[in-house]
Amino acid sequence: MTDTQDMLRMLDVLCPMHVQLDANGLISHAGPTLQKLYPDLALPGQGFLDVFELSRPKRITNMEGLLATAGQKLHLRKRLKPLTGLKGVLVPMPMTGGAMVNLGFGISILDAVSDYDLNAADFAATDLTIEMLYLVEAKSAAMEASRKLNLRLQGAMIAAEEQAFTDTLTGLKNRRALEHILPRLVKDCTPFGLMQVDLDFFKQVNDALGHAAGDAVLQHVARVLVESSRDEDCVARVGGDEFVLVFRGATDLEIMGRIADRIISEVENPVPFRDTICKVSASVGIAMYSGCGETDMDQLLSDADTALYASKHAGRSTYRVFEPQMRDSGPLAG
Amino acid sequence: MHGLINRAIQCFVRDSYGQRRWVDVTRLAGLEIIDFEAMLQYEDSTTKALVAAIAKTLRVPEETVLEDLGTYLVSHPNVEALRRLLRFGGVNFVEFLHSLDDLPERARLAVDDLIIPGLELEELSPDRFSLRCSYDYVGFGHVIIGVLRTMADDYGALVFLEHNGVKDGVEVIDITLIETAFASGREFDLGARAE
Repeated sequence: MTDTQDMLRMLDVLCPMHVQLDANGLISHAGPTLQKLYPDLALPGQGFLDVFELSRPKRITNMEGLLATAGQKLHLRKRLKPLTGLKGVLVPMPMTGGAMVNLGFGISILDAVSDYDLNAADFAATDLTIEMLYLVEAKSAAMEASRKLNLRLQGAMIAAEEQAFTDTLTGLKNRRALEHILPRLVKDCTPFGLMQVDLDFFKQVNDALGHAAGDAVLQHVARVLVESSRDEDCVARVGGDEFVLVFRGATDLEIMGRIADRIISEVENPVPFRDTICKVSASVGIAMYSGCGETDMDQLLSDADTALYASKHAGRSTYRVFEPQMRDSGPLAG
Repeated sequence: MHGLINRAIQCFVRDSYGQRRWVDVTRLAGLEIIDFEAMLQYEDSTTKALVAAIAKTLRVPEETVLEDLGTYLVSHPNVEALRRLLRFGGVNFVEFLHSLDDLPERARLAVDDLIIPGLELEELSPDRFSLRCSYDYVGFGHVIIGVLRTMADDYGALVFLEHNGVKDGVEVIDITLIETAFASGREFDLGARAE
């Protein structure tokens, strides 16, 4: 009897989560850590399968079935909440007809340490659980630091991209942004209206009143263009006094014409500069993309440009919509 | 030097003396950046310049700055994760001391390019120890003293610590254990997670 007691004391140190079963499958002894899983129930005297549900192998209901699993990996679950999952292995004790089952937490360890308030002394000295918990915590902390760095880098990247796509004088998009947006719309078969706006007499303002006056005019025009478009449209300054507007989803020529008229009349409003005023006007060329057909960004921009020349030809301060015959009667043909 | 160390210095100054003081320190150290990234590497000289600038700004010796940094690292709520990781080393202060030998390995498990001081504990008698600390940055032993002093409080142990100078580039710290269970110490709950 004392031999058995000594043996159990040794096992409690080596395997603090083991149980001893008698020939009827009743628990005769439970290791100290395993007992912590049932703070309100003394395990000795309980039927092993009454407190632990065997989820794999399945359909084992008695001691005979349990003994047949000897040496196999067992998947178990506590029958009382919290329903902690456990792993185990059974070894028969031929002398008594009973068995010993050693249990462990497996991956449920993270929840188990807080559910049962476990500490280092609850694990065998050779058990790697504490090292694993350390590693989980250290890696989470390192991962969190990396995640924050990634967020900051992403923020910096977005800011840099935005800067790269922005015309700094007017705050409008630039040519690079346009070259990013247009091919996507063509590829997605999204219809849009393309408007090329060119200022008339801008060079005269620049020459007569200086670049600061020219800048004031450009900022005035930028304001007009932004106010004439919606948030989802794109307004870009693509050259000194050249602008391109992309009206996403626009298919109605009449509406495009009204917008062009409004832009032309607003651009003509005099711009005060120091003690004088600047006056420019605008010519507009329009090309439409219906959402289908063989074309590309360069072709569409060239069409809008052709229409723009047609309106310059027609005496400026007006707009023209691209038509294929314009190519033959354009300035180059003229 | 690993960004984690510079970042720790930044958090120490910011949390103890305010952001304004930190900005002054970076200027005095001749740095062009204000924020260190924990997961990037920086020049070794940057760390030395930082510590010198802090000492000058606070008008204290560099040793004091380094020891205060060590104290901060394991006591301030903003860096609770580090204290928790150290507490995994053992269930009492003596076990913790013995776990220091593994500390560089443990640090590398967490962040594989992080190099921290090599630590070697020698047990002279059950209550007297000598800790040899080898690192590129001589003087870092003072950080270790700050850490040890605070961890002793954490475990509720009463210890006497003394920096015993540098021998062949290795700093030696004398540790005398006066009482292992002097006070109740701070709770350490395995299952709790640092924020």
